[in-house]
Amino acid sequence: MKDFVKLLRSSPWSARFGMAVIVFYVVIATFAPIISPYGETDIVGSEFEPWGEGFFLGTDNLGRDMFTRLVYGARNTIGIAFVTTCLAFLIGGFFGLMAATLGGWVDQALSRIVDVFMALPPLIFALLLLTILGTSIPILIVVIAVLDSTRVYRLARAVAMNIAVMDFVEVARLRGEGLMWIIRREVLPNSMPPLVAEFGLRFCFVFLFISALSFLGLGIQPPTADWGSMVRDNATLITYGDITPLLPAGAIALLTVGVNFVVDWFLHKTAGLRDDQ
Amino acid sequence: MDKILKMIAQRLALGAVTLFIVSLIIFLAVQLLPGDLAEAILGQAATPETVAAFRRELQLDLPAYERYLNWLFGILQGDLGRSLANQREISELIGGRLLNTLFLAALAAAIAVPLAVTLGVLAALYRNSFYDRTVNMVTLTTISFPEFFVAYILILVLAVNMSVFPSISNVSSDLGFWERAYRSILPALTLTLVVVAHMMRMTRAAIINLLASPYIEMANLKGIKRSRIITHHALPNALSPIINVIVINLAYLVVGVVIVEVVFVYPGLGQLMVDSVSKRDIPVVQACSLIFAATYVLLNLTADILSILSNPRLLHPR
Amino acid sequence: MRGLDTYKGLLASGRMTRRDFIQRAMALGATTALASTMAGQVLAATPKKGGKLRLGIGHGSTTDTLDPATWENLYVQVMGGATQNKLSEIGNTGDLVPELAESWEPTPDAIQWRFKLRKGVEFHNGKTLDTDDVIASFNHHRGEDSKSAAKPIVDPIEDIKADGKDTVVFTMKTGNADFPFIVSDYHLSILPSKDGKVNSTSGIGSGGYTIENFEPGVRTVLKRFPNYWKSNRAHFDEAEMLSIVDVTARTNALTTGEIDAMDRVDIKTAHLLARKPKVKIVETSGTAHYTFAMRTDTPPFDNNHVRLALKHALDRKALLQTVLRGHGVVGNDHPIGRSNRFHADELPQREYDIDKAKFHLKQAGLSSLKVDLSAADAAFAGAVDAAVVYKEHASKAGIDINVVREPNDGYWSNVWLKKPWCAVYWGGRPTEDWMFSTAYAAGAPWNDTFWEHEKFNKLLIQARAELDEVKRRAMYVEMQLIVRDEGGVVVPMFNNYVMGLSKKIAHEEMGANWAFDGFRAIERWWFA
Repeated sequence: MKDFVKLLRSSPWSARFGMAVIVFYVVIATFAPIISPYGETDIVGSEFEPWGEGFFLGTDNLGRDMFTRLVYGARNTIGIAFVTTCLAFLIGGFFGLMAATLGGWVDQALSRIVDVFMALPPLIFALLLLTILGTSIPILIVVIAVLDSTRVYRLARAVAMNIAVMDFVEVARLRGEGLMWIIRREVLPNSMPPLVAEFGLRFCFVFLFISALSFLGLGIQPPTADWGSMVRDNATLITYGDITPLLPAGAIALLTVGVNFVVDWFLHKTAGLRDDQ
Repeated sequence: MDKILKMIAQRLALGAVTLFIVSLIIFLAVQLLPGDLAEAILGQAATPETVAAFRRELQLDLPAYERYLNWLFGILQGDLGRSLANQREISELIGGRLLNTLFLAALAAAIAVPLAVTLGVLAALYRNSFYDRTVNMVTLTTISFPEFFVAYILILVLAVNMSVFPSISNVSSDLGFWERAYRSILPALTLTLVVVAHMMRMTRAAIINLLASPYIEMANLKGIKRSRIITHHALPNALSPIINVIVINLAYLVVGVVIVEVVFVYPGLGQLMVDSVSKRDIPVVQACSLIFAATYVLLNLTADILSILSNPRLLHPR
Repeated sequence: MRGLDTYKGLLASGRMTRRDFIQRAMALGATTALASTMAGQVLAATPKKGGKLRLGIGHGSTTDTLDPATWENLYVQVMGGATQNKLSEIGNTGDLVPELAESWEPTPDAIQWRFKLRKGVEFHNGKTLDTDDVIASFNHHRGEDSKSAAKPIVDPIEDIKADGKDTVVFTMKTGNADFPFIVSDYHLSILPSKDGKVNSTSGIGSGGYTIENFEPGVRTVLKRFPNYWKSNRAHFDEAEMLSIVDVTARTNALTTGEIDAMDRVDIKTAHLLARKPKVKIVETSGTAHYTFAMRTDTPPFDNNHVRLALKHALDRKALLQTVLRGHGVVGNDHPIGRSNRFHADELPQREYDIDKAKFHLKQAGLSSLKVDLSAADAAFAGAVDAAVVYKEHASKAGIDINVVREPNDGYWSNVWLKKPWCAVYWGGRPTEDWMFSTAYAAGAPWNDTFWEHEKFNKLLIQARAELDEVKRRAMYVEMQLIVRDEGGVVVPMFNNYVMGLSKKIAHEEMGANWAFDGFRAIERWWFA
């Protein structure tokens, strides 16, 4: 605990800012039912009521409270994006490191399978899969995670390849260490920074992918509130200088910046560099 | 060098196999979609008799494997076939659109890649400075917006308010290069904003990752200038992940631009494919996915070759 | 007559229909004839020639074809309206006017119709219109191998024959007083024939414009056909049709002047678009309507009391406001619109009445009801929202509507005509008989309520062959009442076609039967 506090003390302002944002979002997402004045899908007023009393940020096109939708959107959007990204990294990262470490036919086989998946245009393949399987949230998560994991695999493998040919890995191998040991102790720590950097971005790409899907009519289905679809639903307003669509988009942007600031800091720490260098 | 040539040949052969599997997967997936072309085209106006007549005429009543094999034989003879929906030659249908797609991708890449690498190198060089954080924050914000939203904002500012660029990219084959580039500039800028942050951050991360390596410390101790260390010592060794991320983004520029095409009414391949999927026009979907897959395979191969050239150790696996 | 000038202004700018204008003018004391003349004066303007019209259309797909048999979206329909002609045309005021036929005449039983063709009509390929072209064009939709969407409407034709050089005789299976309306259908374009066959995908017609370049799903370039037979139509030199599916892109293109007109204005922001200095919003209210179709052969919808309970459990005005923001007219649980000839104005409007809903529920022997309502935005824009609002309204009457969100893709093949209760869109039909026999007659392929009502079906056949307008009207009013009170369909509203036009564009009263001036915008409009 003490170490943690010390760590925090030493962190730059950007990382603190990022952490504050993340904590803020997590609190909002966790306590959504307490924070929001109305139910997620309740129609509580008439359509497009202005900002002000009763409706802090006005109401949407069906007369649902905008603030409530934003708060629940935090829960749904972050939850889904986080689970999806973790799943993608578990799958992609594991196989990528394994392929790089083992090399040979395992690498060949995995890479060829991934090649096939990556050669399929992702948005259209997702469109096909979601049309066939339906657009429930678990299916959405798995489909996006699997598609995303191929990108993670590629990166993980590329990074680990450089490491796997390094002398200390050779030494470990000659020492007779097992595969998992080498991956865990030698390859993974050394390929962590690019992977973590990628995680921060992939996390945000999931929002974007979902909102791209809702642009095409698949994606998280109403009445569930999520930021990507909220941007889509109100996007036309931006043409007239109305800032409503900027609220959910801004929410995504703030989180993206926050997460990546923390990621940067982590990157910095693991790279073992001091600030003055 | 022989080894590289051998690898290229090997990879091309593998690429052909990949294309075959891709075509099989896409065919199966379209096959699994509910409804077929006859129902999709007639929509609400379908009756059992007209749907049956449609199927008879287009031979949709043949078993799936037979239709696939027919298509495959056609492809092997270089015949992409005809669109089921409007009986046009697919090669003709795709030709112009492929050029449009490649043109837009090239234009976006010409802006985005140099920009991203420069910004990334500078960010690594002036790590943690005000510049670094600002560039980070700005690029992160731009990629946080869904691309259709970025497009709308660009249109609002540059087309509606300032009237410098057209809000829709009405390109046709008879346009000259500059006119075409002018009309495509907004979609290209949108795509640039979408891909630049990813590439820039990876460049920065890859370089910083190497700065902790012993040989860089050695260079440091020798008193070489930081900018020189980064451009001469770190960058070449960081190339492999950078090239990888550039290639992923190039592939995205070719394959993933459906939404930008829709927003700017840009006649590219993505829109053609989405339309054909929704109408179950299998031969067109197949042809598009083959093109996309081939693009990916070739770009991928290029990336691997460049990676190997940048780090010859990769050429000598244990 | 204060106020009349205001109405004249509204009429001239297209914000009021001719019909409404005449009604208002009469309310102010004008006679029908006077009001009608005034309307004519206001709307009469001399069209100017020239210019290039650019339309941005929110439909269009790369799979579109030039074959009228499979036309199903506004893009190709408008293209058809500009490049091809039919035997008859629904004029801009809603009346049936001759087009390629000069006149027509039925036998007293309305079984045989003789159409006299116009002389000297030239197709784009130089051929002159003759009876063979008409017969071949109709046969393109008939027969066993027809894959035409118009097959069900030409099926009642028993035989088509030429009689002399310029007369075509249609023999029907049963009498049909509305047959001249049927031949105005947008699928039934008359195309040039060769050896008794038409080349349906050539794009060659007899319309005011020739197709210079057709890129499916992208653009179409049209050029004025110099030998067009109509002298008072086709004013633009050229037209370009762009398929702009994204509504924001369409709106931006209109605001920046890259297109001159667009369809399907985003109704959420229509009031903001109207404020732009160079843009006007034009709406027409026609026969297009939304329905929630219940399968009357499936429990619990086989009980009319359940159906009535559900019909009473919806606040149509509130729904109209939420889903269409008022850009439409409330429905009365039958599919006949105000622009139809025999619309029953006298029927009382169905109101939101929780007590009556509860009463009918009780009559059905139920204390509560739980039903699934399938919807997707493929049915109509806002269908899912509409279903959610319906659920809110019905819950007050103790009815639990479970909104099932269906996939957009394949909605018409997998949900419509399959699920017990679902949201449906109807473009509507110009005549009562056409609408009823399409979707309400027993055994009709698109009878989406699977409704079989003996008296209704008898009246339908009687009215179809009845040439006396007064008697016909009485029958159609009765049929509207039957559908309203016993049918399987909830008709919440008729939607307006909301279009955005550059103020440069001038037009007469706008046809309300379809969007874009009854698909005829390109040949009817001009630059002021």
